[in-house]
Amino acid sequence: MAQWIDACADDEIDEEDVMRWDHDGKTYAIYHSPDGEYFCTDGLCSHEEVHLAGGLVMDYVIECPKHNGQFDYRTGQATRAPVCVNLRTYPAKSENGRIWIEV
Amino acid sequence: MKRDYSLLGPDGQRAVETGLATAEWYHSDVPRKVMKDLMQRSDQPAIRDTLLLVALMIVFAGAGIALWPTVWSVPFWLAYGVLYGSASDSRWHECSHGTAFRTPWMNNAVYEVASFMIMRNSATWRWSHARHHTDTYIVGRDPEIAVMRPPEFAKLVLNFFGVIDVLRFFPNLVQNAATGPNAQERTFVPQSEWAKVRRVARIHLAIYAATVALSWALWSILPLMVIGLPRLYGAWHHVMTGLLQHGGLADNVIDHRLNSRTVLMNPISRFIYWNMNYHVEHHMFPMVPYHALPRLHEIIKTDLPAPTASIAAGFREMWPALRRQLAQEDYFVLRDLPPTAKPYRQDLHETALGAAR
Repeated sequence: MAQWIDACADDEIDEEDVMRWDHDGKTYAIYHSPDGEYFCTDGLCSHEEVHLAGGLVMDYVIECPKHNGQFDYRTGQATRAPVCVNLRTYPAKSENGRIWIEV
Repeated sequence: MKRDYSLLGPDGQRAVETGLATAEWYHSDVPRKVMKDLMQRSDQPAIRDTLLLVALMIVFAGAGIALWPTVWSVPFWLAYGVLYGSASDSRWHECSHGTAFRTPWMNNAVYEVASFMIMRNSATWRWSHARHHTDTYIVGRDPEIAVMRPPEFAKLVLNFFGVIDVLRFFPNLVQNAATGPNAQERTFVPQSEWAKVRRVARIHLAIYAATVALSWALWSILPLMVIGLPRLYGAWHHVMTGLLQHGGLADNVIDHRLNSRTVLMNPISRFIYWNMNYHVEHHMFPMVPYHALPRLHEIIKTDLPAPTASIAAGFREMWPALRRQLAQEDYFVLRDLPPTAKPYRQDLHETALGAAR
């Protein structure tokens, strides 16, 4: 059953940036959007399982550091080759200076 | 042991079984904030360079046409040819990564035009190049190995004039136009893209057919001097720089410092080549745009072999190594690391490092 997990402090991720978060044997990517919202997706690229946290956030896009494939991290949608498979997304929220992820 | 470069052969299968394929590669340490800054995209440098490239092509082709068929047109065709048949290679490359421009449609537009000029199917080669970055110089996995062992020197020399590439391109173009990707291409192009491969091939084929028809109608090769033939008479620069990327270095390793070469070059070659002379840096961090590669080089150079001093120095290192590979297929040039660098991982590269020197 899904539950909210305290992932990190909200000042650990700069605006328009991404951070890796590992929990319960799985890896996730947490994003801080340019307008101050937080989002969470699977942590590995659906193309060749590279950690997306090493990639570049541009507006609402995360670009994979290996092959430059892109996803919209708000929806997980794959938007640029060579990625074809969407990422799974997870609800995220900021409360009392902490970021919570529902997994 | 004899190498089998087929993507469907035993070497590729072995690379998968031994974990060489899709492996975790070595990366120099770069702080996240610094890397984030290096990765930033901008339209301005690539717009400037593209406008300059197009303007130069118009001027050179215009002068070539105006002076045709006198001998005075030759220097203009040679200059135009290098921009058409060589600068297109680097534009194709950088835009395939999506790093040249910040704006996606600009990357895509330049990518499509450059793919046509360099005679590559834009739909196929986007995937081929992704594989080249996943499995750089892994035998049986990388479809973009420029110098296979033992080297075939006649083919290398012919390709300075694009001969081998063009001879391979046209039969494949016809096949792609008729049936989509061939069997080897289907190993790295996803099925969802096969129709696009066919569509692109048909467009390219139609343009070449129209150019040949115009030449026929005018009873002149002038239209072909503008479209098509520059891929032959202007190919030498991209072949010259392309061979230096990995030629004579290791294969079947997972450290780009072992299989890629950074070469310092003159500003004209760097414009044509769009800074891909910083090739170790590019492979290690493909997210960094071409205009930021010199900065990246300065940041990580203490962890890399010293850059080769010039194109000539690169050939002086590479050519004897290729000649030696004729008799000794496993031979490669092992480039020394400075004392400040993290050493090569002997445990991962025991076979390769044992064969060096």
